[in-house]
Amino acid sequence: MTAATATRRPGTPDDAVNGVVPGEVVRPTSVEEVAELLKAATADRRTVVPAGGRSKLTWAAPPSSCDLLLDTTGLDRVVEHVAGDLTVVAEAGVRLADLQARVGDAGQVLALDPPEEGATLGGVVSANASGPRRLRYGTVRDLLIGITVVLADGTVAHAGGKVVKNVAGYDLGKLYTGAHGTLGVVVSTTWRLHPVPPARRVVVLELPDASAAGPLAIALNRSTLTPSAVELVAEAGGAGRLVVVFESIAESVSAQARQAVELMGGGAELDEVPADLGRRPGGPDDVLLRLAYVPTGLTDVLAALPAGTHLAASAGTGVAYAAVPAADAAGALPAVRAALAPHDGSAVLLHAPEAVRDQLDHWGPVGDALDLMRRVKERFDPERLMSPGRFVGGL
Amino acid sequence: MTALAETPVSSRTADLAAGLRAAVGAERVLTDRVQTRTYECDGLANFKVTPAIVVLAESRQHVVDCVRLCSEAGVPFVARGSGTGLSGGALPSADGVLLVLSRLRRLGPVDADNAQVTVEPGVINLWVTRDAAPHDLLYAPDPSSQLVCSIGGNVAENAGGAHCLKYGFTVNHVLGAEVVLPDGEVVHLGGRAPEHPGYDLLGAFIGSEGTLGVATELTLRLIRVPEEVQTMLVGYHSVEDAAGTVSDIIAAGIVPAAVEMMDALAIEAAEAAVSCGYPEGATAVLVIELDGPKAEVEAQFAQVEEIAGTRNAFEVRIAADADERALMWKGRKSAFAAVGRISPSYYVQDGVIPRTKLPEVLAEMKRMADAKGLRVANVFHAGDGNLHPLVLFDDAVEGQAHEAEELAGDILEQCITSGGSITGEHGVGQEKRMKMAKQFTPEDLDTMQLVRCAFDPDGVANPGKVFPTPRLCGERPGVRTGEHPVQAAGLGEVF
Repeated sequence: MTAATATRRPGTPDDAVNGVVPGEVVRPTSVEEVAELLKAATADRRTVVPAGGRSKLTWAAPPSSCDLLLDTTGLDRVVEHVAGDLTVVAEAGVRLADLQARVGDAGQVLALDPPEEGATLGGVVSANASGPRRLRYGTVRDLLIGITVVLADGTVAHAGGKVVKNVAGYDLGKLYTGAHGTLGVVVSTTWRLHPVPPARRVVVLELPDASAAGPLAIALNRSTLTPSAVELVAEAGGAGRLVVVFESIAESVSAQARQAVELMGGGAELDEVPADLGRRPGGPDDVLLRLAYVPTGLTDVLAALPAGTHLAASAGTGVAYAAVPAADAAGALPAVRAALAPHDGSAVLLHAPEAVRDQLDHWGPVGDALDLMRRVKERFDPERLMSPGRFVGGL
Repeated sequence: MTALAETPVSSRTADLAAGLRAAVGAERVLTDRVQTRTYECDGLANFKVTPAIVVLAESRQHVVDCVRLCSEAGVPFVARGSGTGLSGGALPSADGVLLVLSRLRRLGPVDADNAQVTVEPGVINLWVTRDAAPHDLLYAPDPSSQLVCSIGGNVAENAGGAHCLKYGFTVNHVLGAEVVLPDGEVVHLGGRAPEHPGYDLLGAFIGSEGTLGVATELTLRLIRVPEEVQTMLVGYHSVEDAAGTVSDIIAAGIVPAAVEMMDALAIEAAEAAVSCGYPEGATAVLVIELDGPKAEVEAQFAQVEEIAGTRNAFEVRIAADADERALMWKGRKSAFAAVGRISPSYYVQDGVIPRTKLPEVLAEMKRMADAKGLRVANVFHAGDGNLHPLVLFDDAVEGQAHEAEELAGDILEQCITSGGSITGEHGVGQEKRMKMAKQFTPEDLDTMQLVRCAFDPDGVANPGKVFPTPRLCGERPGVRTGEHPVQAAGLGEVF
């Protein structure tokens, strides 16, 4: 059963996790191998950081140590796709794009659309990555129906199952969503799928002043329209573009697009979704933040960002990605967090150039449940070997 | 007659009762057995335990005081809302405190622009939608008991309802919770905004059946009332045709708001109870509801009607207005209670199977029932494979109650074997905890227990529920080797 086919090699600077070069990189190809590797690592007290497509490795703080980079891309099997049940089971190293192609053949889709290229399912779960269609379909927590994880001591545990409706036992899938590898390694995932809507229609509205987007997004939320996405692309203090995507049957998308134009007082209709929909703003030299707030906070968010900040917001949901010029970041971050506070908001660092990385507080305030989170971490990883230091509160 | 005399309790609980009276007020602490017996069971009446002490909390502070005193005294507590749960999740501990939350009933103002509202746990499910309605909003989770069940209980059980096929369950509609941990500490999980930094402990808390703490405030997500709702009632001469219709609807890429099925026995019961006027002579009926933008609903509704025709539906009835829709739903929503009209006793089961296994599981269920000479009425959320078989029996017949319980258990094992779950919405509670070991491996259960130990290291919050064997948090369970029980029994390999 356990063919020892894991490949091992020394870590190189190309493998660095936020500047920390791993001692060794190992690529297992089965769940059993992952369990053996982790058990052995724990016995030797070696620290482990899991990584899949490495498209979001910067999204958590640098690890305090990384003896072993556990490359999950060898866990690459789509185990089971039951089209009639709209479910799929796939290992953590399967690339999201490959899974979409596979279920797409049956006219289905996993309704998650984070833009990071090469992302694997394990990484999407561990980083809780999402894209524009979260407005309609929610995020990982709404679509992940089963999970298999390996704990630091090699224990293989399942939770959830293969049916969408299931309340037996604690939902460990929620706990591992966004945990950034600090509680163990996600090795397999089971998802709820959706049918691919047959038609789409997009309304694009140019806004001379981006701050007009906030009230428009709320008006769309309060209408009977059911857009898949309402995305704002803007520059703080400047202009913006609001993109409203409708996906349904042909009769419905054309009717809804018409109503949206009327409701927003303008807008041009397109037949196809723009290819860059949901693209994260900025480049490698910018500091990329994920901002979250109650949806009505968007206007204040725009006002709080330093001029020149590029922003891409899922305007109806209260989540935005902001690319702050690196030079401004250290000064701007506390001010942005303060402006978000009345909106129950948070600002998390997703990427920072090396030069400024250490000056920035990665996670910001966590609230009064931090001690409880610490106790959870202590139970799952008592030796603190899994992605140590990457998460909130130094977990 | 000494009805007003104190129940004889151990000195530990007597001291606790005194401490509770001092903390929350004597009028909110019941120890008289006549009064505490009122709370001996929840909606699952075949388990009964009279609690030593009942606390009627009216504020967060009462909950904090009660939980802290219990923790200090090492006395278990069980939180309870309206007591409509169907798995014995709110079954009291004989030597413990039953913490009743139904007086925590404040609803905050609806934040219409952000589509949310913050409420206390004793608030009744339907009140949320009532308050949201003037803003054209609604609260999506709609368990059949929504007239009486509480939001706190819904959160504990991760309650579903008929419309979760499209809209999801309670966990998809709770944004934040204020939680009193089992040692009395107050924490805030999630909030009004999405994506709070840190572990998604809110997600772990929802559906934990009162074993991780007590919610004292919940922020709920509301959704826009859809532009159009259309409902049809379809009659069939065969269950297979009804099941086939469901598969074809899904295959056509349609996600209905709800697809409910009832078989002949369930129809007979509903008819006897509420005269819902379902198609005469039907072996199965489907209640199918679509909602959303008008153009979408109209086109897809016509498509569904066509599918039903190709699957030999002998009658398709379309609700002309809200009253007709309500009547269609009345038959479905009253089905559990209605079964009392055709059988002296019945056992409500809740299991889930992959939707595509519906015909074969139904056939197997009938075979198992026939072998025991029992009748099973089937009511289910067909769209998501959530079965509610009602096993009918007569207490007066020697041994039949036991046979019925056994059959209900066998049905659950059938659900597990087919790749499903032992509960889709009623929870594990007291009733199904032994079945957990059939659905999950010892390693799975030990790992879940780690969460429990982080929240409740002393095991005072609703002990003895959900998990088959209580475990002390001090001992870290060793990794076991050997076959999974499901594999060992030859029941399956993937779970």
